Amino acid sequence: MAKSDVFQIRTEEAPLLPAPISTTGIIGWMRQNLFSSISNTILTAIGIVIAYWMIAPFIQFAFIDAVWSGENREACLPEEGVHAGACWAYVKAYFPQFIYGRYPTDEIWRVNIVYILFALLLVPLAAPSAPLKKLNAILFLGIFPILAFVLLTGGHIGISFSTWVFVALLALVGVAIAGVQMFVGGRDLNGVMPVLVGFVGSAIVLGAVFLFVSVNFGLTEVETPVWGGLLVTLVIAVTGIVASLPLGIALALGRRSTMPIIKMVSIIFIEFWRGVPLITVLFMSSVMLPLFLPEGVTFDKLLRVLIGVTLFSAAYMAEVVRGGLQAIPKGQYEGAMALGLRFWPMMYLIILPQALKLVIPGIVNTFIGLFKDTTLVLIVGMFDLLGQIQSSFTDPTWSTPSTGHTGYLFAAIVFFIFCFGMSRYSIYMENRLHTGHKR
Amino acid sequence: MSNKILPLVLGAAMGAAATAAGATTLEDVKAKGHIQCGVSQGLPGFSNPDAQGNWTGLDVDVCRAMAAAVFGDASAVKYTPLSAKERFTALQSGEVDVLSRNTTWTMSRDTQLGLNFAGVNYYDGQGFMVRKDLGVTSALELSGASVCTNTGTTTELNVADYFRANNMPYEIVAFEKADEVVAAYDAGRCDVYTTDASGLYAQRLKLTNPGDHTVLAEIISKEPLGPVVRQGDDEWFNIAKWTLNAMINAEELGVTSANVDEMKSSDNPSIKRLLGVEGAFGEAIGIGNDWAYNIIKNVGNYEEAFNANVGPDTPLGISRGVNALWSNGGFLYAPPVR
Amino acid sequence: MSVMEQDSAGAPARASLLNDPKARGVFYQLVLIVALVTFGYVIVSNTITNLERQNIASGWGFLENTAGFGIIQALASYSETSSYGQALVVGFLNTLLVAIVGIFFATVIGFVVGIARLSDNWVISRLAYCYVELIRNVPLLLQIFFWYFAVLRAVPGKREKWSFFFDSFHLNIAGLRGPKPIWEPGSAWIAYAFIIAVVASFFIARWAHKRQDATGQQFPVFLTAIGLIIGLPVITYLLSGMPMHLEHPVFVETGPRIRQGFELNVGFNLIPEFLALTVALSIYTASFIAEIVRAGIQAVSHGQTEASHALGLRQSPTLRLVIIPQAMRVIIPPLTSQYLNLTKNSSLAVAIAFPDLVSVGGTVLNQTGQAIEIIGIWMAVYLSLSLITSAFMNWYNQRMALVER
Repeated sequence: MAKSDVFQIRTEEAPLLPAPISTTGIIGWMRQNLFSSISNTILTAIGIVIAYWMIAPFIQFAFIDAVWSGENREACLPEEGVHAGACWAYVKAYFPQFIYGRYPTDEIWRVNIVYILFALLLVPLAAPSAPLKKLNAILFLGIFPILAFVLLTGGHIGISFSTWVFVALLALVGVAIAGVQMFVGGRDLNGVMPVLVGFVGSAIVLGAVFLFVSVNFGLTEVETPVWGGLLVTLVIAVTGIVASLPLGIALALGRRSTMPIIKMVSIIFIEFWRGVPLITVLFMSSVMLPLFLPEGVTFDKLLRVLIGVTLFSAAYMAEVVRGGLQAIPKGQYEGAMALGLRFWPMMYLIILPQALKLVIPGIVNTFIGLFKDTTLVLIVGMFDLLGQIQSSFTDPTWSTPSTGHTGYLFAAIVFFIFCFGMSRYSIYMENRLHTGHKR
Repeated sequence: MSNKILPLVLGAAMGAAATAAGATTLEDVKAKGHIQCGVSQGLPGFSNPDAQGNWTGLDVDVCRAMAAAVFGDASAVKYTPLSAKERFTALQSGEVDVLSRNTTWTMSRDTQLGLNFAGVNYYDGQGFMVRKDLGVTSALELSGASVCTNTGTTTELNVADYFRANNMPYEIVAFEKADEVVAAYDAGRCDVYTTDASGLYAQRLKLTNPGDHTVLAEIISKEPLGPVVRQGDDEWFNIAKWTLNAMINAEELGVTSANVDEMKSSDNPSIKRLLGVEGAFGEAIGIGNDWAYNIIKNVGNYEEAFNANVGPDTPLGISRGVNALWSNGGFLYAPPVR
Repeated sequence: MSVMEQDSAGAPARASLLNDPKARGVFYQLVLIVALVTFGYVIVSNTITNLERQNIASGWGFLENTAGFGIIQALASYSETSSYGQALVVGFLNTLLVAIVGIFFATVIGFVVGIARLSDNWVISRLAYCYVELIRNVPLLLQIFFWYFAVLRAVPGKREKWSFFFDSFHLNIAGLRGPKPIWEPGSAWIAYAFIIAVVASFFIARWAHKRQDATGQQFPVFLTAIGLIIGLPVITYLLSGMPMHLEHPVFVETGPRIRQGFELNVGFNLIPEFLALTVALSIYTASFIAEIVRAGIQAVSHGQTEASHALGLRQSPTLRLVIIPQAMRVIIPPLTSQYLNLTKNSSLAVAIAFPDLVSVGGTVLNQTGQAIEIIGIWMAVYLSLSLITSAFMNWYNQRMALVER
């Protein structure tokens, strides 16, 4: 054996053979994922049948049989024995109404400015890498709503004398509290600054806001009953979420408070609104709220709905924020207290920034829910996107067998794009926030 | 008083339109410069917005006539579309000044809700609409039918009474909104659609094939429709009542929007009184003496309003029938201006 | 004022009182109470004034007045001459029915889809994913309209039908019809037999569980229970002389056209409003439940699956015996809130004329003008449903949690 001089050393590596064709490429993938066993093959077949069974009629209806242009129902009437396809011509004709409702045509530029401003402010706010977050947030949450209000309604709101009295009182209360703290509590001017700034500042801000909305900019007044379509959907959803955020934070803090009465009131409030359906809340705001007001005081219908929606979503928001507060380690609280911070500075500077960042996905999800739920306002006779679409079905000019299907399909597509986009965003934020925490 | 300040402040703070409590409706209306009019959410011929959002219809004309009487300008009206459920609350709470929304005058509404009916601007009755291919000629053949209607109206009660009284089994499908009733009836969910006969004619226009449907001859109820105001403000009640009466009287006296200027110099004392040439009837109800002139000039008399909105030449094609003047065999009979 | 006097009396006490967290807490709470009481007082006094002005008598007396309107589907006896109170009870029962049926189907569909999302089969998991994303992101009301108005036009008209299951069930625009069991005297025994079977199954399950714990021997509990629950009533039915028969729906094809179609009140009928509402609610809620189930299963560590495979368990027993019981603990709390959501969402019935509590209540509200009472009833009913469901689920959750060792 050892003497044998005939031996061979392989000098070059054996060529790497490609994996068997049955395990790679499309075929391999299919074998692994679709046909790995008999039962799996059957499942695949069933799945494909279901998919075909659902997609084929949709494509047939929405594209192949669809009518893309026309002036009236004649264009969309199917011929004898032929299935009616989607009547996109009708959507085209009604498109402005779906977006703006019955907003006067000459004033539509105002709505457009609001839409554009909204997008311009929202995109950098939502993009995590965009700079000037704080300024952006102030613009979006503070300035934009007032601008939008004036643009959409026309401003020039008569502010009653008692409102100015209320604003003045607010400032006076601030001065009074600061005075008590200085002369009785023995604090110096710096010590009472927060109170002074809080009360007097908010009085000044409120006063400025009232002054601004009462100025006549020469815009024609557009009343809320003519608003409709996507405009109403967005107004309700955005106002609901923006207004419910501070209320929700207050309620969440209240629920975690050590003061028993504040805690109890918060819990009752939250559980009450979470326990009842939105539709009863809407009925309440449209039928019962007028009874609560003194004679002669009336609220605009949209405003009543907004109040109901805000209270309702504040309860959900409170639970979302509470989740964020609970996720903050106790050490953060203790650290803040050790630095000598009082309750509000601690919350404002340490806890809430961390907690709110954590709950952005939750807030977005609440918003998605609210956005979808705005459709319920059509039951109390307001015209949101779905309501506007539904009311167009009865127009004799466009009534065909497929008008209703087309309208619902259009609504579904619009809602899907909005909601799916937002849910993707929420997942993206969630993943971003997980960095470093993921184990 | 103290319990009114806080909500006022709160309301104002939230941007509500807080009108001074205690003022009469007329003062209030004059102060804000327009009449807030509660109308339906869209009933062709009675109150219906067109694509530009302008409201037209017989009920709308009552509001326009009132605006003409008060301001001399029929366009000084703003409209609030109301569902059947909201309408009375909206009027009670002062959200609207007058409710002109095909509302049936019934005893309980007149006496228990704090409201006053200012008269009747359309004598209606509940009818039935069916598909022609059912071959039904009388409502008494409807045994076993399923019936679509609106909830929250007198029609729902009337149809229950009617079928029960005639011992006919039936199935009721009651929707919240008129549009939904039309959609369900159009889809074939129901054999019968019942509401006020005028409403049937109006809603028929919204069906896919209006020609396939017919309104049965039977009228099973009395539905006097008219404008409503709040109780306890007689001045405003008078204006509403006499606006309507002026339109009817004008028709009877042959005064139209076209000839009203010539009629001012008419010798007929009734016309003179109506148009404010003689007497001070307008001042007595707190408005100008040319109130009726303004109504007729801006809106027209009852006949003009009827023909323009629901009459035979409109898509609704309703004949005068019982809504003709008493002198023509109808029910319209207005007390004289004297 | 009194604070000031006190302060001028003793200097050290005042600073501590102002800065004492307890005193401040009491103060804030007092402010809150005063604010709430004032707010409540203003609202109540305004309401009373308004009601007086509008001549609306408040109180519950209206519940005994005659309703006068018909209701298309009533689980309790109801006619036009019944009272408003009875009408509301009928509405409440309808709400319960929709909620229970909806919860059942939503759970079934949700679990199937949730498990399908984790399937190894690409087509199945993609399908499940599309289902969840499509359904979740479209408003429920739109889906209800779709099922009611769009699908309604696709089914046969009133004078035609689709029949299936050996011609015993029929679908057309007036609803889904099937045979209705008519109980005759003596049929109570069947009900007793059914109850006995259920109770017996329960005890057998407990006994089998104990025995398995003690000896490891398994007992076919599921099959036995099915056998008992179906078999016992059937045997009783045969023994007691068949005191029940089926009433089949009658389809009239002759005579005047208005009379053609199914006869009213013969056989068992599910009205289309009910079908559309339940289908929409189940499918919508199922998409949320599917996500909950998926998250729950993913929360169970993969080691558990590997361990059970190592023990020789196949995929299905692994899922059934190892994964799901552990996942349930994660699943149940969010599942509860989905059940509550479904119950609350059933109030959308009002949009398609299904007579649930909100819909019937709305009609009563219109007829009587008793807004406060009706809205009070709505809120009370939904709140108590919520509280009962969450109480039950908490109890169940605790039981599940105890299994943890």
